Amino acid sequence: MKRCFLILGLWLYGTAMSFGQDDLLAELSNAQKDIPIYTIATFKSTRLVSGHSIETIAAKHLDFRISHRFGAINSGFNELFGLDQSTIRLGLEYGVSDRLTVGLGRSSYEKVYDYYAKYKLLRQSSGSQNIPVTITGLIAAYTTTQATMPTRQYFNNLERQSYCAQLLVARKFGEKLSLQVSPTVLHRNKSETPIDANTLYSMGMGGRFKLSRRTSLNVEYYYTLPAFSKADLGQDAQFTNALSIGFDIETGGHVFQLHLSNSKGMTERALIGQTTGQWSMGDIFYGFNISRVFSFDKQKNQHQ
Amino acid sequence: MRIIIFMSLCLIGLLSKAQAQVYMTTTGLTQIFSETPMENISADNKVVSAALNTVTKEVAVRIQVIGFKFPNKLMEEHFNENYMETAKFPTSSFKGKIIDAIDFQKNGTYEVNIKGVLEIHGVKQEKTVKAKLQIGLGKIIIDAPFDVKLADFKVDVPKLVFEKIAEVISVKNHFILLPKIQ
Repeated sequence: MKRCFLILGLWLYGTAMSFGQDDLLAELSNAQKDIPIYTIATFKSTRLVSGHSIETIAAKHLDFRISHRFGAINSGFNELFGLDQSTIRLGLEYGVSDRLTVGLGRSSYEKVYDYYAKYKLLRQSSGSQNIPVTITGLIAAYTTTQATMPTRQYFNNLERQSYCAQLLVARKFGEKLSLQVSPTVLHRNKSETPIDANTLYSMGMGGRFKLSRRTSLNVEYYYTLPAFSKADLGQDAQFTNALSIGFDIETGGHVFQLHLSNSKGMTERALIGQTTGQWSMGDIFYGFNISRVFSFDKQKNQHQ
Repeated sequence: MRIIIFMSLCLIGLLSKAQAQVYMTTTGLTQIFSETPMENISADNKVVSAALNTVTKEVAVRIQVIGFKFPNKLMEEHFNENYMETAKFPTSSFKGKIIDAIDFQKNGTYEVNIKGVLEIHGVKQEKTVKAKLQIGLGKIIIDAPFDVKLADFKVDVPKLVFEKIAEVISVKNHFILLPKIQ
């Protein structure tokens, strides 16, 4: 009898083995390692409002950006509340790889050319690999080509150059909220006024909150640090910190960014170094960015 | 006599164990196509795993949605962020059973129906898929094209882009399954 039980046991074991595999799906999830899910669309665009966001352009994609800033709303009826004046920046920004973007732009204010390179050092991801933040580094240079004039004299071409380095750190908290800090160093070979420091240290901060799948509310603030000591020259007191509030609308291939700001700046040089408006005085500038991304990725899918 | 009965039962048990073959792949290919007069969109996914149990005739497929690659990265972003909500629903799957008679011992090409549950975007739907099975050389090749109606899986496409994305997406699958090493 004992032997019978043994055999019965063996038989049960055998059938249990053959039915034990009935959950094939569970087996599949064991068999294949999950690939890391890199956080996408922390921000809708490569700019939060006027300053850079951590986003870069995908490989072989070109972003054509038109940025526009009107005059101050408090400039009165004769200026149609700022709509008569406008400054514009045209930009072409290309993704060399998914991490590296190079860009070229031209702003009408002071006829400034700007060039930048932006590299995604670390990507926020979840799944099999957990990285809490995305970090992007940016280096930029600016050249003003405006003719020298009594109010703004350039004695050589080197004086027309400015440089900027920025570290952008952002985290997407769930679907709706993304926050960013962006410590920035801006160096102008020629400062704006004789009592203005050449090198400015600024801390950018901002974020976006998604209102719907295709719209978001953005806020951006650049706080320029005061001089480290009394002996150092700080930023000329007439310049203010830029605070901007934006509204992004994303349609198929375009992103429209509408915003209100006390700054007309479309590059860090102007945003940090040349902002004079004050929200409390009604120096509010209406502006917008339009971004259109084109794909030059010729890789064809293999249709079977 | 009793012993013989038990012995034979035991043998059946062991035999069924020996036959319980699972064929599997972790490098399957799934492609999706959206065709409209405005624009044709397609994407490939190469991180698809599939398995077939030749005894129970069960089939399972698991797709990591983030693996779909589009020629246009913006589309890929929209696909993951707006339509599939990949962060919330990272995988799509199919679990079913071949409902037609099939002899896995015999090489050849078989047209079979697989009835099961398709899960996309967190929504489960009953689905019968027509599949072509090629058995031979120690492997099973499955080709199973089917259509997916976006509305069935609660994938919203806004009216603005409606004309660029088809209401029905065709899905093509190509899996080369090899015996799983136990």
